[in-house]
Amino acid sequence: MKRLVALAGLAALPVVVLGGFFVLPVAGMVARGFWPDGAFDPGAVAEVLGRPRVHRVLWFTVWTSTVATVAAVLLGVPAAYVLYRLKFVGRSVVRGLLLVPFVLPTVVVGVAFRQLLREGGPLGGLGLDGTPAGIVAALVFFNVAVVIRTVGAAWEGLDRRPGEAAAALGASPATVFRTVTLPALRPSIVGAASVVFLFCATAFGVVLTLGGSRYASVETEIYLLTTNLLDLPAAAALSVVQLVVVVGLLAISARARRTPDAAVARTTAPPLRVRRSDVPQVVLTAVLLAVVATPVAALVVGSLRDAGADGGWTLDHYRDLVATPDGPFSVSAADALLTSLRTAVDATWMSLLLGGLVAVTVTRRSRGRAERRLRGVLDGFFMLPLGVSAVTLGFGFLITLDRPPLDLRDSPLLVPVAQALVALPLVVRTLVPVLAGLDDRQRQAAASLGAGPLRAFATVDLPAVWRPLLAAAGFAFAVSLGEFGATSFLARDAEPTLPVVIYRLIGRPGLDDYGTALAASVVLAATTAVVMLAVERLRVPAVGAF
Amino acid sequence: MLSLDDLHVSYDGHPAVVGASLEVPDGEVVAVLGPSGCGKSTLLRAVAGLEPPSAGRISWDDADLARVPTHKRGFALMFQDGQLFTHLTVARNVGYALRVRRAAGAAARVDELLAAVGLEGYGDRLPATLSGGERQRVALARSLAADPRLLLLDEPLSALDAGLRERLASDLGVILRESGTTTLLVTHDQEEAFALADRLVVMRAGRIVQQGPTADVWARPADAATALFLGYARVLDGAPAAVVLAAAGLAGAASVALRRSALTLDDAGPLRGVVLESRATPDQLRLVVRVDGAGVLDAVASPASHAAPGDAVTLAVDPARTALVAGAV
Amino acid sequence: MRHAWSGVRASAVVVALAAVASSCSALGGSSEEAGDDEVVLVVHNSFALPDELIADFEQDSGLTLTIRESGDAGELTNKLVLTKSDPIGDVAFGVDNAFASRALEEGVFETNEATWPAGVDAYALDGDLDDVLAPVDNGNVCVNVDTTYFEERGLQPPTSLADLADARFKNLFVTPSAATSSPGLAFLLATIAQYGDEWPAYWDRLMANGTRIASSWTDAYQVDFTQGGGSGDRPVVTSYDSSPAFTVPEGGTESTTAALLDTCFLQVEYAGVLTGAANPGGAREVIEWLLSAEVQAALPESMYVFPTRDGVELPAAWASYAVRPTDPKTVDPAEIAGRRDAWLQEWTEITTR
Repeated sequence: MKRLVALAGLAALPVVVLGGFFVLPVAGMVARGFWPDGAFDPGAVAEVLGRPRVHRVLWFTVWTSTVATVAAVLLGVPAAYVLYRLKFVGRSVVRGLLLVPFVLPTVVVGVAFRQLLREGGPLGGLGLDGTPAGIVAALVFFNVAVVIRTVGAAWEGLDRRPGEAAAALGASPATVFRTVTLPALRPSIVGAASVVFLFCATAFGVVLTLGGSRYASVETEIYLLTTNLLDLPAAAALSVVQLVVVVGLLAISARARRTPDAAVARTTAPPLRVRRSDVPQVVLTAVLLAVVATPVAALVVGSLRDAGADGGWTLDHYRDLVATPDGPFSVSAADALLTSLRTAVDATWMSLLLGGLVAVTVTRRSRGRAERRLRGVLDGFFMLPLGVSAVTLGFGFLITLDRPPLDLRDSPLLVPVAQALVALPLVVRTLVPVLAGLDDRQRQAAASLGAGPLRAFATVDLPAVWRPLLAAAGFAFAVSLGEFGATSFLARDAEPTLPVVIYRLIGRPGLDDYGTALAASVVLAATTAVVMLAVERLRVPAVGAF
Repeated sequence: MLSLDDLHVSYDGHPAVVGASLEVPDGEVVAVLGPSGCGKSTLLRAVAGLEPPSAGRISWDDADLARVPTHKRGFALMFQDGQLFTHLTVARNVGYALRVRRAAGAAARVDELLAAVGLEGYGDRLPATLSGGERQRVALARSLAADPRLLLLDEPLSALDAGLRERLASDLGVILRESGTTTLLVTHDQEEAFALADRLVVMRAGRIVQQGPTADVWARPADAATALFLGYARVLDGAPAAVVLAAAGLAGAASVALRRSALTLDDAGPLRGVVLESRATPDQLRLVVRVDGAGVLDAVASPASHAAPGDAVTLAVDPARTALVAGAV
Repeated sequence: MRHAWSGVRASAVVVALAAVASSCSALGGSSEEAGDDEVVLVVHNSFALPDELIADFEQDSGLTLTIRESGDAGELTNKLVLTKSDPIGDVAFGVDNAFASRALEEGVFETNEATWPAGVDAYALDGDLDDVLAPVDNGNVCVNVDTTYFEERGLQPPTSLADLADARFKNLFVTPSAATSSPGLAFLLATIAQYGDEWPAYWDRLMANGTRIASSWTDAYQVDFTQGGGSGDRPVVTSYDSSPAFTVPEGGTESTTAALLDTCFLQVEYAGVLTGAANPGGAREVIEWLLSAEVQAALPESMYVFPTRDGVELPAAWASYAVRPTDPKTVDPAEIAGRRDAWLQEWTEITTR
């Protein structure tokens, strides 16, 4: 009984936040669809599910997301090995750079991709423009960093000795990987894959830009139905389908994540020098880097090109960023960057706080089946924000958070909270494998020596979770800087963040504005990379003292 | 003094401890002895506050501990595999409880404890660099540093190899007695229990079947199964028991438990039999003898006796190596 | 003792980090609680005006102006409809003539007493008998051509909608999707104005002639258009009548692009007081401010649109290069409201066939 009270206490804050800022708004929007004129009319919703276009959209969403997820895992796992288990010069720089795609505003990436892929573009020969393959490539570009970081964080702390023992028993490196390493990494791989799948399935800007009106995903369809046609029953139908699919997926992934022997020995094994047997992974990582770097390089080049036909090199676009423009933009890009960073700091601490509480809650050892099931349900619950339409959520904020005690739709809190909710699953998925791998008796040992729950946490959990926590912080920060998800659909005060400024700049006909938009994107990307590097280097000397 | 009063503990819906009552008087070492899976570890964890009792009472000096969390009980628990904090040095592991309590003079106390467990100069090493025995010594020192009013030992030696176990068992006995630490120990190894404990509690299938001073329990096992678990080789009842009891000059029980060395070859002995098997060890000859009126029994003889299968022999019974068993089989 | 101190030090580090974090936080600073003198203006995401004008307004009126951004014209309208029982502001700007009827039908706006300067009335919404919606700006969505492209090749550029479906201009035209882009929708409406119910046949011809559908104006203009930022491969694009003013090379005297004046569809953006506004008086003042000579003069440079008020001087580049159609195409707003969804569905069928 007392344990359940403690469980409830730990989970209370995240549950309340998720309830108020997610369940309520989404339920509000879906309810508008089911009760179009105040009267319950599920017929309209049911009719939508019979439309051939809806079937097409569903199928397209499922297959592109699946292919993109598989590709991201196949590319990301070797890269995670290279970047987290091997020692080479510039390792942390590469790690930081790989997060860059994650923060680039989708509108910019969409433009960069199309410039590469369109007929006559540098990669026009591939014939990918306007094809599903182009969309899948862009989805992989965005999400491979999720796999690399999540799996890398787990791999970094993996004890090398079981693998060595297997090798001593005659297992080839491939067999060691298959029988020892992979099972140990499975929770983090499955976790990363489910997050990536959800990101892909709810990808909005990429599909909209690269898919045109020919290809639509469930997410873009909800966007059109809600923002353009105001066909709420149809949008509600698709939102419900999304929810059902997401819940199903989470159930499957929770099953696949479960390992028979949860206690994985964690060490701080120093990274190894690159050996000859590592060459395939290194080559694959290099290729991946090149693929990720190409659109980014196109952005950098574009930002340095003079507008107009002659197209010489120039730094003018960067100069325009700092100058406070008199007319069109009430803020300079520098101010917008500051606003972005502030919001990102808030979103980061919120998601770390909530995600940390959730991770601790769901990994505590359960007594009895009911408790175990309850923790499992909680675990899945906090993944939901990833899988539900940002449009539905954003509109839901407006119609549900409008009266006390939740009169929050104008609050400056709303944007960071929404971003924190999107980052939350990333934080949870990064921390849970590590916390679940700890032997609970370590905490019991600390408790029996007189350490209270907090002290025991600081002694046992914190040292193990410190580095994954940094990785998670990086994610959360990047999510916020890149303006993911529902924030684009919130009504917000006119204190624009950098992505908003970029969006405005690129949405105007002036040639200089286009270059300035690219320059601002490059600044955003560089800022992210620098912040990531700083975070990776952060060491608090006193940690691990208890 | 620790008291358990009709304690019941369930684990995942199954009763693991049923109606256990016992006491650990101040300064004494009490061993809970039982085969694996008998519930003794669950009992220990309940005492530590890691498992909630489903019924009954755990108290210290008459104060109920039901609402006292683990870290406030002042009971230090030492695990079978030590559970050292791998990221802390030996000295910081040992000094952990002192830091938790913000005790003064921690450094000196850590040195003192390391000396007591025979690990002077190990303070700066990391647990990963220690052998299994060394790790258990550090774990012991860490537990003692907490200055616990009760020390809880969960199979403290069973992860170690035989030689090390024997040596550490005697060290542990000395340390516990010298520090006068009240200790509750659970183990499945009767030698470990015999070497360390003042009192024995025997558990089987979740229930306490017998408890008392170690020598008493040894001398009068509650039943045949207990006797066998305590290391007695055979338990006799009925006519064979009467024959052996008579030969030992004992009376008053329906059953008798015999150690392997209870019968010795003795020309003046009251029992007769025929040697069935004979096996030499450095110290003695181990025999299996068909004893008239008592059936097949174990016996020992001096290596000089050269008893061989088929020989007719006479045997005496050493009463000190038998035990009267209270209940029938 | 040393160890105890490391604990203190660790807590100090945590406290310091928290302090740094909170000073970087957005939560600390911007909690300006607004009272009765606050007026909230909800706008679409293309809204921009110079800071000085906003400051002047606040000083003159004694009001605090909070500007809240809320998606593009369609998204803005639908949000206003969804929140009409509890509006997200006092006054809204950015609903255009493609969406205005829906907003009016739904009762999003209420009548106001704002006075309109001369010229504004010419842009009033058909069917808005009570002048609920004040026309603030206008512009035309027109097909633009890259004149240099055709000069270099010694070709005549297209001049009409019919030309776009002509084989001479095969594979040269790119237009944003009518389903996802407001200028895309305007171009569809232009073709509907021209061809009436025959528009699907025209679009069939257009698609057969190699028309490319981009997802947004940005995508069409910046990636595919030959004079856009990405130097694409399509010399004909759907854009605005003001666009040629932005493609004058530095030091040049002639724009490299031109708008085809027979292909234009008039877009008007309106402002109105929201039903149930907390500060209707302030809202009315905002509308009058938006129609003031100063704001109207700033519109071209800030939002790339033309003023509705008479007698406002245009920027030099606009006066020379942004040629306006004399008789842009229009479709009855009520008809748009009634048939838009059906049109869009049919359009999507045709273009994704």
